[in-house]
Amino acid sequence: MAKATREAYGEALKKLAGCNPNVVVLDADLSGSTKTAEFRKVCPERFFNVGIAEQDLIGTAAGMAIAGKIPFASSFAMFAAGRAFEIIRNTVAYPKLNVKIAATHAGLTVGEDGASHQAIEDISLMRSIPNMTVINPADSIEAEQAVLKAAEYVGPVYIRLGRMAVDNVYDESYKFEWGKGVELRKGADVTIIATGIMVQESLKASETLSEEGISVRVINIHTIKPIDKDIIIKAAKETKAIVTAEEHSVIGGLGSAVLEVLSDVYPVPVKRIGVQDTFGESGKPKELLEKYCLTEKYIADACRKAI
Amino acid sequence: MDSENLYNVAKNMRRDILTMIHEAKSGHPGGSLSAVEIVAYLYFREMNIDSPTDENRDRFVLSKGHGAPVLYSALMEKGFISKELIGTLRKINSKLQGHPDMRKLPGVEASTGSLGQGLAIANGMALAFKLDKKKNRVFVLLGDGEIQEGMVWEAAMLASHYHLGNVTAVIDHNGLQIDGRNSDVMTVEPIDRKWESFGWHVLKANGNDFYSLEKAFEKRKSVVDKPAVIIAETTKGKGCSFMEGKASWHGKAPNDEEYLCAMNELGGNING
Repeated sequence: MAKATREAYGEALKKLAGCNPNVVVLDADLSGSTKTAEFRKVCPERFFNVGIAEQDLIGTAAGMAIAGKIPFASSFAMFAAGRAFEIIRNTVAYPKLNVKIAATHAGLTVGEDGASHQAIEDISLMRSIPNMTVINPADSIEAEQAVLKAAEYVGPVYIRLGRMAVDNVYDESYKFEWGKGVELRKGADVTIIATGIMVQESLKASETLSEEGISVRVINIHTIKPIDKDIIIKAAKETKAIVTAEEHSVIGGLGSAVLEVLSDVYPVPVKRIGVQDTFGESGKPKELLEKYCLTEKYIADACRKAI
Repeated sequence: MDSENLYNVAKNMRRDILTMIHEAKSGHPGGSLSAVEIVAYLYFREMNIDSPTDENRDRFVLSKGHGAPVLYSALMEKGFISKELIGTLRKINSKLQGHPDMRKLPGVEASTGSLGQGLAIANGMALAFKLDKKKNRVFVLLGDGEIQEGMVWEAAMLASHYHLGNVTAVIDHNGLQIDGRNSDVMTVEPIDRKWESFGWHVLKANGNDFYSLEKAFEKRKSVVDKPAVIIAETTKGKGCSFMEGKASWHGKAPNDEEYLCAMNELGGNING
């Protein structure tokens, strides 16, 4: 079933409304799009709209966390991670406050709104901040569990969510493990390490390559920081070649994080699929993924070259 | 605490501020000294705070975080932190960071330093207290130059929208900022009408005069459903004749000679 990770966020918030009285939700005039409106419907007294003011969104959430609340603050990734970066850095992460930043509409698949709204730098920005945890779920099942786990974890978390409906990678038996990469497919010749919506594309690529006789391991990294070093190093040792795939700039995102791990410990050839240091543009999400070389075809090509 | 004791507290705070900054060889004396009476009044008269960990305490956010020494000196006078820390300001491994760090020093309610963010933090605390039907009040001190930050006005809007009667902002209006007079760098006037138009109850005081501050804080109590701001006229570098009214003393430490001179003005020798 195809469902956007932001939809799962709204559903997780509804659950939290019922089971965790300390959870409060803040939004900056995008509650219908970010799905925080789902929380407002069931728990209006703990929902706070701050208006179109993302810096204030994060600053207010910080104050609520100091006073003992568990705030989930939402806007589009561009404005949460981008506009409010310095407030997140100084007022949330530096004092390690218990603020959850759930940022929707990340990546190119925002679609028609175009480059001004397509955050392809947010993982890089958030990952560089000490104390910050960065999570990028692959589907709605993982997203819902990640949100529920984030409410239990004490400390700042950035959760990256998408606008577009995505096919499920998992079924309901899946158990999300904080900070642990997930091996979705066994393989010996090359490993694709993917995050977010690129996990599904990577699985498709691995099937194509399998028909060609190439054995591909597929790993989903949902927690980009702190990253699961062990699963990455093991893959490098056993398959000798890596391809990373993310709906994000190749500068500073998952690909960079994988390179950082491997260059210190076990360097192997790594090809990075991602946005190649350019801005996006308006278009249908699928058209954008094709134009910016973020589909199974390009991942498969990179695998062939990496071996 | 009676007024005579408040004067003593203020004098001790000024001496500690100068000693801290002199020892550190850097820091912000001008805006620390201008706010002494405001912070002393809050901690020793206005706020309900006997311990830095009591759940029911009122909260103080130093939005103008570069005024850290005035906060540290108040926490020392309250006995919340040791006076032995006085020589450690801005030094390696110190609890007295150049700007306040809530994780390093008990009594610091929010980590600040990047201007413009304290009011939003205060609002967040106040919203949480209202939600829990708690009586805690939140006080936040802003610089007059600081209100040039756009985020202050986002927060100003929020406080009135949510009827945060438990928020009181004080503006340390010394008229000066790093590059000179507010009016030359970026006009902030009319401050009162700006806050009024954002839905705040506006009060004025002489921020270096306890009686004037008392009147303003007492009047503030009559308004319960609105945030209030006290525009406190102050003198930058107050209490130290050669620093008073000079923007050049925003962010530099007195040398040995200047320090001795300042301590003499503040009564008695360096040792107290």
